[in-house]
Amino acid sequence: MKVRTRSDLAKLRSDGLSTLYPPGLRISVGMATCGLAAGAAEVYDALHDEADRLGLYLMLIPTGCIGYCQQEPLVDVRVSGRGRLLYARVTPDRARNMIASLAAGDLPAEGALAYIPEENSELSKPSEALAGVPLLNELPFYSQQRKIVLRNSGLIDPVSLEEYIAREGYQSLALALLDDTPQGVIDHVLDSGLRGRGGAGFPTGRKWQTCHGIQAQSKYIICNGDEGDPGAYVDRTVLEGDPYSVIEGMTIGGYAIGAREGFIYVRDEYPLAIERITQALAQAEKLGLLGENIFSSGFDFNASIVRGAGAFVCGEETALISSIEGGLGEPRPRPPFPATSGLWGKPTIINNVKTLATIPAIIRHGADWYASIGTEGNTGTVVFSLVGKVANTGLVEVPLGLTLYDMIESIGGGGLNGKQVKAIQTGGPSGGCLPTALYNLPITYENMTQAGSIMGSGGMVVMDEDTCMVDVARYFLGFTMAESCGKCTPCREGTRYMYDILTRITSGEGTLKDLELLEEVAEWVKTASLCGLGQTAPNPVLSTLRYFRDEYEAHVKDKRCPAGFCRALIRLTILPDLCTGCGLCQRECPVGAISGEKKKLHVIDQELCTHCRLCYNICPEGAVEIVR
Amino acid sequence: MPLIEQPPPPSGGALLAKLHEINAKHGYLPEQYLRSAADKLGIPLSQVYSAATFYSAFSLKPRGRHTIKVCMGTACYIRGGDRLLEKVEATLGLKNGETTNDLVFTLETVHCLGSCSMAPVMRVDNDTYGRMKADHLPRILKKYRPIDIAAQEFKEQGI
Amino acid sequence: MVNLTVNGQPVSVPEGTILLEAVRSMGVDLPTLCYHEGLSPYGACRLCMVTITAPRHALVASCTIPVEEGMVVETDAPDAVAARRMGLEFLLSRYPRSGVIREIAEREGVTSSRFGEPPPDQADELCMLCGLCVRVCRELIGAAAISFIGRGTERRVGTPFDMHSDACIGCGACAEICPTKAIRIEDRGSKRILHTWNTTVKLHACPECGRFFVPEPAAFLKEMLPEIKDLWALCPACRQKRTTSQWLNTGSTPTS
Repeated sequence: MKVRTRSDLAKLRSDGLSTLYPPGLRISVGMATCGLAAGAAEVYDALHDEADRLGLYLMLIPTGCIGYCQQEPLVDVRVSGRGRLLYARVTPDRARNMIASLAAGDLPAEGALAYIPEENSELSKPSEALAGVPLLNELPFYSQQRKIVLRNSGLIDPVSLEEYIAREGYQSLALALLDDTPQGVIDHVLDSGLRGRGGAGFPTGRKWQTCHGIQAQSKYIICNGDEGDPGAYVDRTVLEGDPYSVIEGMTIGGYAIGAREGFIYVRDEYPLAIERITQALAQAEKLGLLGENIFSSGFDFNASIVRGAGAFVCGEETALISSIEGGLGEPRPRPPFPATSGLWGKPTIINNVKTLATIPAIIRHGADWYASIGTEGNTGTVVFSLVGKVANTGLVEVPLGLTLYDMIESIGGGGLNGKQVKAIQTGGPSGGCLPTALYNLPITYENMTQAGSIMGSGGMVVMDEDTCMVDVARYFLGFTMAESCGKCTPCREGTRYMYDILTRITSGEGTLKDLELLEEVAEWVKTASLCGLGQTAPNPVLSTLRYFRDEYEAHVKDKRCPAGFCRALIRLTILPDLCTGCGLCQRECPVGAISGEKKKLHVIDQELCTHCRLCYNICPEGAVEIVR
Repeated sequence: MPLIEQPPPPSGGALLAKLHEINAKHGYLPEQYLRSAADKLGIPLSQVYSAATFYSAFSLKPRGRHTIKVCMGTACYIRGGDRLLEKVEATLGLKNGETTNDLVFTLETVHCLGSCSMAPVMRVDNDTYGRMKADHLPRILKKYRPIDIAAQEFKEQGI
Repeated sequence: MVNLTVNGQPVSVPEGTILLEAVRSMGVDLPTLCYHEGLSPYGACRLCMVTITAPRHALVASCTIPVEEGMVVETDAPDAVAARRMGLEFLLSRYPRSGVIREIAEREGVTSSRFGEPPPDQADELCMLCGLCVRVCRELIGAAAISFIGRGTERRVGTPFDMHSDACIGCGACAEICPTKAIRIEDRGSKRILHTWNTTVKLHACPECGRFFVPEPAAFLKEMLPEIKDLWALCPACRQKRTTSQWLNTGSTPTS
């Protein structure tokens, strides 16, 4: 059946509601890539097989990322009339036990991380029996979050169009096509204050307005799903967990600017996202939500997927265009900007995944609603993947303006294993490292830039006392050097030169002159590079020099690594009074440098030791000492 | 206008899709298929070759049956990704970018698999393994090494 | 016409003029390696940096910016000078054998480099990846015989698989346009050897004197551009002889 009218939509909506809130049992397992990496597939299989064995009828859904990745594998169990619980760190054994309990008519409270309240439903409050379980939004990880981009992720079957529609999906497209004009749509987006969530934060409405104003036979809209920032996986989550939100947002965008064709560029490293988007596109086409005369409005729109091939630079707009056109991801000079002359020289809008996923929510709930969230000039929510040396890792969506302290300490739970947080890195290789002295900084585009970083595409990596900030700079330059397309001299030669200097410094061979040259070259690369990759490549260096200069000077003047990380500058020994002879270090050592018998003191052979610190990481007694 | 006329460009992403197709079938990009791709798509061979050598996903040299990708994204690096790489290198007797002599494994690093909360992460073909510790390696690699399957078969045949 | 100010002086240029050309028309000799007026702007060498103070404040590569009404440009503000000098310092250190780069650097006041020397196996390199050869072969000639290979510091120019290219017509435009004379072409007997591209093409012989003078693969130009049919019929030396003798005999040149 094709969806041609609002009542068609309503029919699918009730289909979706009946599977989202079925009578009986519905179990969703978080099976995005991170869930799978934690072993969710085995848990899913265990649930399935055990239910089969016991003859228990249930709906078992592989869903997208539920957000609290630290606690993966996560399982959401809904029993109609009884309650809805979220279980964490589920193992196949526990899964089998759960099925047994459920088959016996019981919804066990032990092992439950939280109760998931449903709005406007019989399950909006926990029953007596489950009163001891905290509500999901009482958990520190969730209490300050506000889900807009992640509104459906982890709650729906990602490729079920019915379930997407049941959660207000495609209402916005109908609204836009049937009740509004392209300019009307643009006005909503302008008034909402939405800024591009790819990192630069350019007002989305303004971009659309420029493109809308150009007369052209063909225009294009492209979804930039080339989330290359290491440490960020928000785009992946949306593409895997809520693909229709991106397609709908893109279709609305196409209507607004006058484009009849769209491309979704997904990076090669996300095979599951590619699969989900491909399925979603096919489904949407089948039901007439893509193609000719959508909602009988006269508007035609088609979208196809383009699969990347491992090049970070393709996240840059003009390089992305070049890649789609048929070749290298080589950036082009701007002007002309893509909005005026982009794909095949035609006016083109490129929007980030999160930006497009937000559009349907804005159209549905109104610009004022969106603008009331967040803060002045920084409206709405922003999503971060909170990772690194932090206690609670996962996806966090919060109103703009929240402080770094709240992000890292309240939501994140502070440093991992009780270690001291030292720095917060945002914006990937284009961003910078902010010290905890800036904990009170409200997270806004301007604040991040002024502080020496950028908002970025969502990665927020927490670093602690064991992280060497000079090495972090070196790591990032190694990245940008490897990903540089090589077209322009500053980026190609400059990143390599900076990387070489940083390698010398971390090896204990750096000089003060090196530091001077480092800063001078950084300035050149920043101002003279052709594209954003080169222009932002020096940011990790410049920000660490700004806030952690003492570490640089220690490396250069004293040949000392204060964090005890740089291999050439440390030595490892095992303290006799703490070692229990458990042998974990011996097994972990990649070069076989540790010898010792069970229950007896273990010893590190200094000739063989490569100072990798794996033993230091794994020792449960803290018996490995780093000698600086 | 160039002196030698150019045919109209292929549709968006067509070259990338073609290269992925060849890569999926052969594990790498053999010369003959790159040449026929240029013909089929109506684009210069030099353009195909440029793309083939530009992207990390492609190799012009044969790769092992299974590709191990150790993630070197920021979160993985902070949580010991480079040390994990060393352990994998030591276990397989390979350096990053190399293939085992029996053409079973190719080892590569990749800049972020997007499973950062599970750092450090490693991928073998399409299977992603998170919260990696060095001693998980033998168990994981066993799943892919046919020599154990062969040994099993021999055992069954009573050899 | 568009009115702009360069170094305090007003200048008027046709719409669509590239800023670099506008600046040059004022007699300011900005260095550049990757710009050519016959090809689309590329912006790779980053030597032609100037500072714009209106309509916005930016340090830009002038070869990629079309002029705008009211634009105010400074060519010697400190940031532009520093950027140009740094770029040349790096090029000097990477390509020590290139006389062209040394000359351009000297004109900007750069005579030495703080950035070390290339490893011995790269010390003779002359190609600084400006892309002019690739672009002329693709945009102007349309043969697309060469292209960029690899990425980042591994980036280089070559033919597919570094083998003989069937697409190459042997015209030599690449060698002609290369600013650092990095491309070596040698006519040897009946062959033109494009050493840099591992490619050899046959040459066509003059029916009059037997000298080889045009590449065979370029023969299609005869059909394309009938006005050059005559150029193909005789080698330049014989053509000149014939023209001169005609003139001596009839007292007029063919074009008078």
